[in-house]
Amino acid sequence: MSQKRSFQQVGTRPIRHDGIDKVTGRANFGADFSLPGMLWGRVLRSPHAHAKILSIDTTKAEASEGVKAVISGVDFPAISPSSSDGQTDFRDLSRNVMAREKVLYHGHPIAAVAATSKQLADEALEKIIVEYELLKPVLSLDEALAPGATILHDDLKTRGADPPSEEPTNVASRIELGRGDPEAAFATADVIVDREFTTQMVHQGYIEPHAVVARTNEDGQSLIWCTTQGPFMIRAYCARLLGLDASKIRVTPSEIGGGFGGKTTVYVEPLAVLLSQRSGRPVKMVMTREEVFRATGPASGTRIRVKLGAKNDGTLVAGTAEMYYEAGAFKGSAVAAGAMCLFASYDLQDFRIEGYDVVLNKPKVAAYRAPGGPMAVFASESVMDELAEKLEIDPIDFRLHNAAREGVQATYGPKFNVIGLIETLEAAREHPHYKAPLGPNQGRGLGCGFWFNAGMQSTASVSLNEDGTAVVVSGCPDIGGSRTSLALMAAEELGIPVERVRPVVGDTETVGVNDGTGGSRVTFATGMAVIEAAQKVVQELRERAAAIWGVEVDQVGWQEGRAQPKDGGEHEPLDIETIARRAGRTGGPITASSSLTARGAGPSFATHICDVEVDPETGFVRVVRYTAIQDAGKAIHPGYVEGQFQGGAAQGIGWALNEAFVFDDEGKLENPGFLDYRIPVASDLPMIDTLIIEVPNPRHPYGVRGVGETPIVAPLAAVANALHNATGARLRDLPMSPPRVLDAIDSVR
Amino acid sequence: MSKLHVQTRVNGEACEFLCDPRQSLLDSLRDELGLTGTKEGCTTGDCGACSVLLDGRLVCSCLVLAPEAEGREITTVEGVAQGEALHPVQKKILEHAALQCGVCTPGIVVAAKALIDRHPNPTEEQARYWLAGNLCRCTGYDKILRAVLDAAAEMRGEV
Repeated sequence: MSQKRSFQQVGTRPIRHDGIDKVTGRANFGADFSLPGMLWGRVLRSPHAHAKILSIDTTKAEASEGVKAVISGVDFPAISPSSSDGQTDFRDLSRNVMAREKVLYHGHPIAAVAATSKQLADEALEKIIVEYELLKPVLSLDEALAPGATILHDDLKTRGADPPSEEPTNVASRIELGRGDPEAAFATADVIVDREFTTQMVHQGYIEPHAVVARTNEDGQSLIWCTTQGPFMIRAYCARLLGLDASKIRVTPSEIGGGFGGKTTVYVEPLAVLLSQRSGRPVKMVMTREEVFRATGPASGTRIRVKLGAKNDGTLVAGTAEMYYEAGAFKGSAVAAGAMCLFASYDLQDFRIEGYDVVLNKPKVAAYRAPGGPMAVFASESVMDELAEKLEIDPIDFRLHNAAREGVQATYGPKFNVIGLIETLEAAREHPHYKAPLGPNQGRGLGCGFWFNAGMQSTASVSLNEDGTAVVVSGCPDIGGSRTSLALMAAEELGIPVERVRPVVGDTETVGVNDGTGGSRVTFATGMAVIEAAQKVVQELRERAAAIWGVEVDQVGWQEGRAQPKDGGEHEPLDIETIARRAGRTGGPITASSSLTARGAGPSFATHICDVEVDPETGFVRVVRYTAIQDAGKAIHPGYVEGQFQGGAAQGIGWALNEAFVFDDEGKLENPGFLDYRIPVASDLPMIDTLIIEVPNPRHPYGVRGVGETPIVAPLAAVANALHNATGARLRDLPMSPPRVLDAIDSVR
Repeated sequence: MSKLHVQTRVNGEACEFLCDPRQSLLDSLRDELGLTGTKEGCTTGDCGACSVLLDGRLVCSCLVLAPEAEGREITTVEGVAQGEALHPVQKKILEHAALQCGVCTPGIVVAAKALIDRHPNPTEEQARYWLAGNLCRCTGYDKILRAVLDAAAEMRGEV
């Protein structure tokens, strides 16, 4: 997109199409769906964090009142050790949904029951007898990495180790990223800051628990209704884990009550399918909140060491980092993405980053909004702040001096195309928030955020109804208003009001493959497919008009929802309603679809400004003012773009101040509920101001960049830097809870 | 265990159902009466997604036993709009884009209605503390607060 395009629909704030259903309670979320004759499925979960399973006796449970099926690990097909699609190891995934030889975390599924009521299913679970041999749980990075550590997986060797490991280990992989000669470059630095940071496991905390209904028909087809970010992913994973063809599974996504990356894998879905196969009845499974916390993906706890050097004029010269990420019970943390994200905001030519993916006896991590990024950038942006302070340069000026811009080679490899970091920093410097006076015990901090954003596979179809209204079908669950952004793009191309476009989320048999709602990709990538499909419809509309007028198609233009004659032609314009009504007589119904693998996802950058007030007596930290400034490329629906900025900021504030999984010495999760795992509530937060910057992504027809993930990358450091300015103390361990803040204040008094 | 017969009024209509004595009002509303607008987020009274009014008082329906509904008046999210006319809170939530995933929205609608019924002119702080029991993980609450305060202003005839 070379120059700014003017839009009629895009950039407006219509009411979302699914809005009335959601405010009236009519919208159907995962747990809202039921079928006649349905059974309830429940899961028996490990009470231990690490143990060998010696035996599982389900006979009493099978004979229990109302029980129609009982399954455990032996009921799943064997999956070969090397079975992977490059992202997901299916052997691990199968063992995560149902334990085999060992249980690896508190809450690991052992068996599942389907019975005629929830109560009877729960009673049957109590009759399953499991014999364990307890093993020492591995609960920290130090324990996992120590020589002679208890090993979780006897066949795990370190990938990427140099030299390759011979013995089994808890380090699943080692990655390295870098260029230039950082050691030589550090020698030219005037100031060097070298610090270590730790963060704890945190949970996505979506309000809607995982839920599924599965029904297996006599012909072997399984129908799945569930809450998910990716119905095609559910189909593929269930097929792999259960040894079925994809065509034997149809997945219908419900409305989804939040995910943030946590609903991009399977937990109860394969169990429900297996239970329905065994019982011949539909099976519904809904996780409890405790199950969600104990056994669905948190984000990694981390230990990250960052060293950065700069010259007195404020030029960054070198950086190194060592990053350890907890993967949970099975390999696969987002350490690589974290490493790629760490220094991405800056023009840094000499650096080296080492990253380690470490297994331990905690739930397997899942993606959480910009997976791997927030903890990495907490470390790097804290060090940036300390450097600016030592150099006595304004933190915005310091960042501007080193900011990534077009043509700079990113630390993660490619050269940046047009990006908007500098625009967000300049907007922050000019923002009234940055100049406002602070009160007693208050401090202001800054953090920059970055995320790559994804493209991947999308399919969309646009169909014209007989009255000139349109339907847009995609296969991406709408997690935050994307239906309306897709409808806005179709409306823009067709030239009709967005209210005359009905967006629909299809199931896996009504639309071609779509990758999931994740990676900030839906408005960007599926939007591209919608635009292309709508353009094909417009082409068809022009052809129909040309046929009606008896002219060549290139003599027909399309403006404001009407075919208009070009070059002084004298025909009366034909509106979309007229052409649609006559479609049957001019060639048939008008519909088009587009499938693509979207390339050119533009990274989005943010600058967040945070003011905190610290109670010096209690160490309680309150965020009193917050401003999120981010480049959206082009905001299709500004209201929902702002909402992404605000929601990400709130999650980041929670991560910074309150949230952490707490495990006891045996590895039991001590806070598996919203009372003790406290996400921010309304009274914890101020209004979160937003400023949308629009530096168009040159590789999207409207200039769109994904916006969903970047907003959680900046806040951790912004809060920590604000806290430093309020107290003089630097906190490098999350969460920055009152006892830690008090200790830190004491240490600088 | 034999079931209990409960007679109550739900959203202005006389209503009766059978329930297990241990069943929560939330489960009865959803499983016995098919009123799935009331959502389950935690079953421990921490998230507010299942907020309903019981004799006009805001409660988490997961913490109320279904038999306690005997002879009482219940309002769920399904009873907030008057026919096709949305309640001002519902309208303003839509206008302000004050929902993303929308699973907390029914509870917020019920809680905000209760707030405005009791305090027609709430301050932002009052509204924040009143809604502190309704968790939203998507919005950061900003747009929700603006919508609720705007709805209150409209109901006072100030807009």
